[in-house]
Amino acid sequence: MVDAAYTPTEKVDITDVVCPVTFVKTKVALEELEDGQILQVHLNDGEPVQNVPRSVKDEGHQVLKLKDNEDGTYELYIRKVGD
Amino acid sequence: MAVDYATLKKGGFMRQKQKNHFSLRLSVVGGQVSASQLAAITKVAEKYGRGYIHLTSRQGIEIPFIRLEDIDEVKEALAEGGASPGVCGPRVRTITACQGSAVCPNGCIETEELAQELNRRYFGKELPHKFKFGITGCQNNCLKAEENDLGIKGGVRVSWLQEKCISCGICAKVCREKAIRIEDGNIEIDRGKCNYCGRCAFSCPTDAYETAPGYLLSFGGLFGNKISKGVTVLPFVEDQDTLFRICDAALEFFKENAVPGERFKFTIDRVGREKLDETLWSAFEGN
Ligand code: HEM
Ligand code: SF4
Ligand code: SF4
Ligand code: SF4
Repeated sequence: MVDAAYTPTEKVDITDVVCPVTFVKTKVALEELEDGQILQVHLNDGEPVQNVPRSVKDEGHQVLKLKDNEDGTYELYIRKVGD
Repeated sequence: MAVDYATLKKGGFMRQKQKNHFSLRLSVVGGQVSASQLAAITKVAEKYGRGYIHLTSRQGIEIPFIRLEDIDEVKEALAEGGASPGVCGPRVRTITACQGSAVCPNGCIETEELAQELNRRYFGKELPHKFKFGITGCQNNCLKAEENDLGIKGGVRVSWLQEKCISCGICAKVCREKAIRIEDGNIEIDRGKCNYCGRCAFSCPTDAYETAPGYLLSFGGLFGNKISKGVTVLPFVEDQDTLFRICDAALEFFKENAVPGERFKFTIDRVGREKLDETLWSAFEGN
């Protein structure tokens, strides 16, 4: 499970916006997907990485993995839950 | 008619500059006011006051411009909606609280029922001077616990559940105290740094933390003519019996040691913090 490779259906880059638009952008991208599909989010360190995974969890989706790109950005893999 | 101002004040009637008028302070517990209470308050403000209320700094409601001769009618009208006058003077004051875990996503403890219970136990209790309790649901401290004579701050003790962890690293990112170290898929929590905020558990995508709610207490805060921040003495308190035992002990200590008109903070300074600490530790340990 720990190192499973997740194949995303869609990707979204939220490094060009700040909170709370980071979450809004993620939410909109998730809305385009079907139940069970995977979204890959490219996000910044700091507030986004502290807040976006939690907000996604609170919305009922499944956070699968957070990959540290070691350049101040991350890839977050989310499985959409529900329609 | 001789006016007994002390009795009026005890009943929440604050004398105004304007002769024979009172700003009537109402009893509010934990900042919660029901619609029926509001309706009764509205009616009283319109009929007996000047059609407005004032919100106090500690979640209270006052109805200004109530006249002395209307007091009995006002009390009756309020009672119909389940509202009643509060207290002023040297006693336990309004118990304030944020909404806590019932509503707030960051809440570590239930606050409304706790405020009600403290109110049942202590509200109006006669003391050498006023005494304020405040309850805040987590480290965000929206209710500013340390301003109070006795501040209660909610927290959770977190325990990592290895079998559920997917090693995503989010918990370490969200921990403001840098208390979480992840090494080779193993997580260590530095208990000396952890402040019980619960952010790791709330953010963990797989709920790989178990949480046990509890209380962090501060003593001797005041925020008026003199300003002082309440001090935390005891470790994390994990059950309500212990919490109430400590509250009893603190109030008893105040009652026994304070001179009239002296706030808790100055009693502590005068008789010595060690003496209070001893009392509190004894209550904490169950004596
Ligand atoms: C993941 C993205 C978000 C981040 C990083 C974020 C961050 C913050 C922070 C740091 C605060 C200040 C809290 C404090 O007082 O200490 C705040 C407050 C607030 N946020 Fe967000 N937020 C996010 C998403 C949202 C969204 C989606 C909304 C609504 C559409 C929102 C609406 C608000 C509001 C109304 C406040 C309260 C402002 C106030 O009255 O002080 N936020 N947010
Ligand atoms: S103190 Fe915590 S629980 Fe209470 S309202 Fe603020 S964030 Fe929510
Ligand atoms: S409870 Fe708060 S301070 Fe303690 S380890 Fe978790 S995030 Fe860090
Ligand atoms: S957030 Fe949860 S799953 Fe991720 S590393 Fe921490 S404990 Fe493990």
